[in-house]
Amino acid sequence: MPLKASQLKIGDTHSARLVEDLKRTQIVQYAGSSGDYNPLHTDEIFTTQVAGYPSVFAHGMLTMGMTGKMLTDYVGDARLTKYGVRFTSQVWPGDTLDATATVTEVGGGIAKFDVKTVNQNGVEVLSGYAEARVD
Amino acid sequence: MAVKDFPVEASHILMFARSIGDENVVYTDAEAAKQTEAGGIIAPPTFVQASAQFDPDYVLRPKPGQPWFGSGGKATGITRATSGGGGGGNGGGLHAEQHYEYHRPVRPGDVLTAKTFPGKTWEKEGKRSGKLVFSESVTEYRDQKGELVVTARGVGVRTERPVEQPAPAKA
Repeated sequence: MPLKASQLKIGDTHSARLVEDLKRTQIVQYAGSSGDYNPLHTDEIFTTQVAGYPSVFAHGMLTMGMTGKMLTDYVGDARLTKYGVRFTSQVWPGDTLDATATVTEVGGGIAKFDVKTVNQNGVEVLSGYAEARVD
Repeated sequence: MAVKDFPVEASHILMFARSIGDENVVYTDAEAAKQTEAGGIIAPPTFVQASAQFDPDYVLRPKPGQPWFGSGGKATGITRATSGGGGGGNGGGLHAEQHYEYHRPVRPGDVLTAKTFPGKTWEKEGKRSGKLVFSESVTEYRDQKGELVVTARGVGVRTERPVEQPAPAKA
């Protein structure tokens, strides 16, 4: 269900819950599908004892992938033309993430969005932008 | 990263979509996907990252007969004379940014190549992790005809020490 430019206003938002109580198993699942087997994401012993982190943490790209679902559910399939993010805080097992897209510009068949994902404490974990073709 | 052949397959798209918690039929159901605007299965927006599976030299995949820095009998399989964990362990630091430009959707049957070009590098003093060294790279994903499908720009960061956490992380 692609968006219609005529129905979009600057400042409109769309939000979605991406995950509740992120499980280590989902991080393992993402390691397997993406091929990024960095032990920081799946190996609690290495990550706590050698790398010095309190626990394994999610791949930034898992957060970007989950945030992408919020976007494509909003703008429609095969509609994104640009999507870029900065990873601003780590995402840990147990986290609950919510993502929001905010319309910043509409015109010329394209809508632009600010994109933001926060954890259960309101800490921003991802910040970025997207552009999509609209009708 | 250089990937000569990244064959895009529906089963890989299905697994990838499941791993990001997105079971949209356009990624998971060939019949239902035909009825969508995409006209068939497409890959989710961040799927090309999985080209790592097809990079023979990818450093973040254990390889038979080679040392691996994750734990086995010991907490790490590699002993290094460096100080601290370097934030990213031995595996190339942390991911700071990722940007995609989509020229067309990725579909099963595509055989992509990925060519990576180095970009800028810069340094910054971080409050929570000491000196940060950022490096950028641009990867072009092209199809069998040589046409550009996705342009990706990634920024990695190496930290002097593990990133300090504002509060103890709870598992």
